[in-house]
Amino acid sequence: MTSTSTAPAGTADATGGAALELTGVTKAFGQFVAVDDLTLAVPSGSFFALLGPSGCGKTTTLRMVAGLEQPSAGTITLGGQDVTGTRAHQRPVNTVFQSYALFPHLTVGENVAFGLKRSRAKDVAARVADGLDLVELGHLADRKPSQLSGGQQQRVALARALVNRPALLLLDEPLGALDLKLRRQMQLELKRIQTEVGLTFVHVTHDQEEAMTMADTVAVMNHGRIEQLGSPADLYELPRTAFVANFLGQSNLVAGTVTERLTKRGLLGVDVRGTRVLVPTERAVSSDGAVLVGARPEKMRLLVGDQAPGRGDNVLGPGTVTDVSFMGVSTQYQVEIPGLGTFGVFAQNLLGGATVTVGTSVRLAWAVDFTFGLDGAQARDDGAVDLDDEP
Amino acid sequence: MTAVLDRTSETATVSRPGRVRRRRVGDMIVPIFAALAFVYLLVPVAYTVVFSFNDAGKTNLVWQGFTLENWQNPCGAPQVCEAFANSLQVGVVSTLIATALGTLVAIALVRFRFRGRASTNLLIFLPMSTPEVVLGAALLAQFLTVRVPLGFGTVVAAHVLFCISFVVVTVKARVSSLDPALEEAAADLYASPWQAFWRVTFPLLIPGIAAAALLAFSLSFDDFIVTNFTSGSYTTFPKFVYVSATRGIPPQANVISSFMFVLALAIVVLVQVLGYARSKRLRTR
Amino acid sequence: MSITAALGDSVAGVSAEPPRRRARRAHLFLLGPGVVYLLLFFVVPVGALLATSLYVPVPGGDVGEYQPAFHWQNYVDSLTQFWPALLRSFWFAFLATVAALVIGYPMAYVIAVRARGRRLLQGLLLVLVVAPFFTSFILRTIAWKQILADDAFVVTALHFLHLLPADARLTATPFAVVSGLTYNFLPFMVLPIFAALERLDSRLLEAGADLYASPATTFRTVTWPLSMPGVVAGTLLVFIPAAGDYVNASLLGNNTNTTMIGQVIDARFFKVLDYPTAASLSVVLMVAILVLVGVYVRRSGTEDLL
Repeated sequence: MTSTSTAPAGTADATGGAALELTGVTKAFGQFVAVDDLTLAVPSGSFFALLGPSGCGKTTTLRMVAGLEQPSAGTITLGGQDVTGTRAHQRPVNTVFQSYALFPHLTVGENVAFGLKRSRAKDVAARVADGLDLVELGHLADRKPSQLSGGQQQRVALARALVNRPALLLLDEPLGALDLKLRRQMQLELKRIQTEVGLTFVHVTHDQEEAMTMADTVAVMNHGRIEQLGSPADLYELPRTAFVANFLGQSNLVAGTVTERLTKRGLLGVDVRGTRVLVPTERAVSSDGAVLVGARPEKMRLLVGDQAPGRGDNVLGPGTVTDVSFMGVSTQYQVEIPGLGTFGVFAQNLLGGATVTVGTSVRLAWAVDFTFGLDGAQARDDGAVDLDDEP
Repeated sequence: MTAVLDRTSETATVSRPGRVRRRRVGDMIVPIFAALAFVYLLVPVAYTVVFSFNDAGKTNLVWQGFTLENWQNPCGAPQVCEAFANSLQVGVVSTLIATALGTLVAIALVRFRFRGRASTNLLIFLPMSTPEVVLGAALLAQFLTVRVPLGFGTVVAAHVLFCISFVVVTVKARVSSLDPALEEAAADLYASPWQAFWRVTFPLLIPGIAAAALLAFSLSFDDFIVTNFTSGSYTTFPKFVYVSATRGIPPQANVISSFMFVLALAIVVLVQVLGYARSKRLRTR
Repeated sequence: MSITAALGDSVAGVSAEPPRRRARRAHLFLLGPGVVYLLLFFVVPVGALLATSLYVPVPGGDVGEYQPAFHWQNYVDSLTQFWPALLRSFWFAFLATVAALVIGYPMAYVIAVRARGRRLLQGLLLVLVVAPFFTSFILRTIAWKQILADDAFVVTALHFLHLLPADARLTATPFAVVSGLTYNFLPFMVLPIFAALERLDSRLLEAGADLYASPATTFRTVTWPLSMPGVVAGTLLVFIPAAGDYVNASLLGNNTNTTMIGQVIDARFFKVLDYPTAASLSVVLMVAILVLVGVYVRRSGTEDLL
């Protein structure tokens, strides 16, 4: 691909794409503020995901970057150049649309050639062939889009955008219409292509798993703002808001009050309904007053009977196992602790099968190091949406 | 589930013959009625075609015997072909104007939000819900007021008027079935709004525009009432037929009408068969 | 199928909100020509019609010479003289609409539902529905007149079967006029109903059959309500032109009990040169139809049709 890098004027050089910066971008539709004072920097050559539930403003953000919407306030720069106010066809940005938006009256080859012809590029035929080869569809150039499967259409849409070697490639839920298996396959392929062409990708999705597997950096959006931004591992291991804790994977959150500061050990002592739970100070958003104490389900273990916790573990309970779901790799338990609510525990099936049955009285233990503390004013279930309900 | 299976097996097998037979007879009532309705619809058409072969002389009222003479000499009766040519001219010109104007309005109505959109919709709807006799009377009142000589121009003006609304609604349906993302994709791929329209939107609208143009032409070609009000001494084919109805219509009028019928039917059948063949080919590929 | 799209979006079934656009005045260039045309050749002429309806004869002038005035008495005069024709027009149009619905619905149903999946048959039947459009409307009406003529097959057969009294005839009767109106506008009923029924999901019918079992109940509870937009569009497309038509009345009727308002308007304009009466009757007809259509559309709950 890099050998045919006769990029049209306005696009970035073939290696790396361009950095994208949004500064104080706001978009209001009448009374409704879709994007609220958003500031964001996407380094060149990175795979960046905007993750959030539908209506969080992620698609509007993408459309503003593409030039399909104009921000009500703020600036957008691309490779250091202010592009605010320019229109879609003037920007070196290409988009893979959610519906693919392939031109039904043109063949696959003509679809891919569309952008090249508009920008009066040279070697259109060769670049179209290269682009189709990249997505392994070279043999289908003469078909009409309606004669392709969903997965093939998706690849054509990708080739049509990539072939222009844009400074920035935008992907608007490009895998949403595919079935699960194909989606996993395309995720890997997109990642491969991104590494191969080295362009800046901005990927909008509501699928947290998709965002985590593909992106270098994930920005979790909610109500037009960015809740948290970081690498997938950072976001998962150390969520800073209840929304992120619940939206990205699952979390067990309980409300408590900071009662002591163990400055030497770098820990906070939190009172959770009479039980003391320790939270590393650098993993807590605030160090006094009301907090939400959290831990991921796979970090928790069940203690049956008088089984002893590990050294330095936090312990809650006792409670009762209310549900056991065997999931092959792991077993998922629901534990009800009176006064604290329901907790989820994922246990690896190291010994084969579930070891605890419904009705058993258990305690929960987990390492202090994996505990995180959030602002106590947030709702425990913020962001805990059933992803299956998402469109 | 079992209940569903039971029910289907009841109607599908002969376990209860009485009920099965009743369903069968009931199933046939509607198609038979529809078939009779088709006969009602088509008998006058067939009558018109048959009487184009009538060896009638001047008044084509009673069957006198079979002849091909009318077909061999379709312009044999005075004025028939002149009226026919006038109708073709009026039809083509009005169709072109109405289709162009109506298509633009349809695109604007679907693709843009603007103040006055509701009143524009009303302005499109009103001519369709006004009887032709009122349209004709209004146009005539206007033409008389400003003292325009009646003729080809006034007829075309009138035909464009009643065709526009039909073009707008037809094309509008097509525009709103287009994915707006297609135009956005074009813009995203460096097409200016002008290029996006001509390279993407317009080619995709062609079937709708063609349907609208055909509709406009058939409305214009067959119009009598509005034409009668706005034509003065200018004669179109329907007007010729109406005027000669009292004296007796020459069989050549049936010839021309039958010819148009066969031509249009051939085109429609051809389009249908081609579409059918294409969809078959696509499926097998 | 273009006609099916007539009378609005609800028939076409697409009511997606147009995407928000920044007003770039592009719509003015698109709308301009068409809207100016409609203003010039529809709104202004209707204004001229209104003005003409209030004219008075030029004192001492020739027949057909009128001058501007506000002579509202024209309306009173023309209505007192011609109210029977006006009422008859609406009555005939109503009968023709009902008849077209009764005849046209089964046709549309057979094409859309029974012939579903058989594309070639469906296409052929649709061609047959629009086929009459391809021959002259007036020639077909005259053909209809010949078919109903005293010495033709239909009347002879009816006489023979004693279904028609020996001295009765079909031509020059209200029956002939209404049947001609029904005949001429029947395709306008079939096509919108077809379009509505075609969009009907087969699975709904199966679900209906499964839940209600009886075809009649399925029809009443599922098919009919869902085809309502098509029925409303179809009835309007038949009623409006039928109410203003005079070709059928003049070719198939007589001069006593079949005169429709269109004939009167035509005769006042061209034979008597009584422009104010013709214009006032036109205005009354237009307003009456608009009021009826408005009430009908509102009552049938398909306001988005407008």
